[in-house]
Amino acid sequence: MKILKPAKAGTLESNDISIMLMPGTNGIEIELESIVEKQFGTEIRTLIENSLKELGVEDATIKAIDKGALDYTIKARIETAVTRAGEM
Amino acid sequence: MLRRSMLFMPGNNPGMLQTAEVFGSDSVILDLEDAVSLGEKDAARILIKGALKTFNYGTTEVVIRINPFSTPYALEDIDVMARLKPNAILLPKATPEDMKLLDEMLTKIEKEEGFEEGSIRIHALVETTYGVETVYETIQMSNRVDSVCLGGEDLAADLGVARTKDSEELFYARTKVVNACKALKIDAIDTPFTDTNDEAGLLADTIHAKKLGFTGKLSINPRQINTIHKVYSPTADEISWANRVMYAKDEAEKEGLGVFSLDGKMIDAPIISRAMNTLNTARVIGLIK
Repeated sequence: MKILKPAKAGTLESNDISIMLMPGTNGIEIELESIVEKQFGTEIRTLIENSLKELGVEDATIKAIDKGALDYTIKARIETAVTRAGEM
Repeated sequence: MLRRSMLFMPGNNPGMLQTAEVFGSDSVILDLEDAVSLGEKDAARILIKGALKTFNYGTTEVVIRINPFSTPYALEDIDVMARLKPNAILLPKATPEDMKLLDEMLTKIEKEEGFEEGSIRIHALVETTYGVETVYETIQMSNRVDSVCLGGEDLAADLGVARTKDSEELFYARTKVVNACKALKIDAIDTPFTDTNDEAGLLADTIHAKKLGFTGKLSINPRQINTIHKVYSPTADEISWANRVMYAKDEAEKEGLGVFSLDGKMIDAPIISRAMNTLNTARVIGLIK
């Protein structure tokens, strides 16, 4: 799965996460801003990375702004961004 | 199952989806239609898919409102949502033709997924003048139909009239929907009361709809649930009356009497049936054992 164009998903509302997905050439690079960075920053990064790998994405740059999203929301927003960014 | 209240939840709002059960409505309607903007239909489908795989909504009925067949979204809505096996699909702008199509699609998907045939139920949202005139035929198009829900806002627009607080403009539609539902033994669910700050208005509207024969009400705000439940739950007096009817019936049967009276009033089959319904409802919602 190749990221062909920039794509966004999610919102900045409470319980959601805003994802900006861009084409990359150097593996998966994640820039994360989260209201629970101290407690769950590492877990959120791992979840984003694993979600992308499950969808077959190997190279991408992600900018994520998290407003307290649960795992199912993070995975859903990643899937939405990936489907919008390229061909599954 | 008991459907006093059916609460709409926006399908693209993670916070609402993860708290859908806590408001205590009998059904939640996860909405892919009006509550989701045109550019977010894909995101809502994926989010609902994730929510249904993650959360256990307990005894709350999970219903998905798809987009109408007149839009480019309906087919994908059905294909994605039915495979998640929700309790039911809410068909907007329901007509006999669309009901037949939805039933056929669900049958096909159930076969492909190995689900029991007919296990995904349907609620028909009647909200056009054509939908009102054909409601009886619509229900008959599928054995899956569990209720007809009335959509007053779209219907008023189709009638070319304004919505009013006393819903006078909906009288014909309300009675027609109720009659069709009663004739075919399914639930009749009334239109939402859209002023979420007017609790007295909601109470009066719900009492009026119950008098017309509705068995429950759509809701657009969790704050409305308690009021709706208050109207559609048996009172202590009603439960007491129903118990006395059933006791009197048992005594009459012992004495071999076909007809008997209670408090000077003759008790016959329809009254016994009403008493049994009252007790069944009270039992389901835990008012009696």
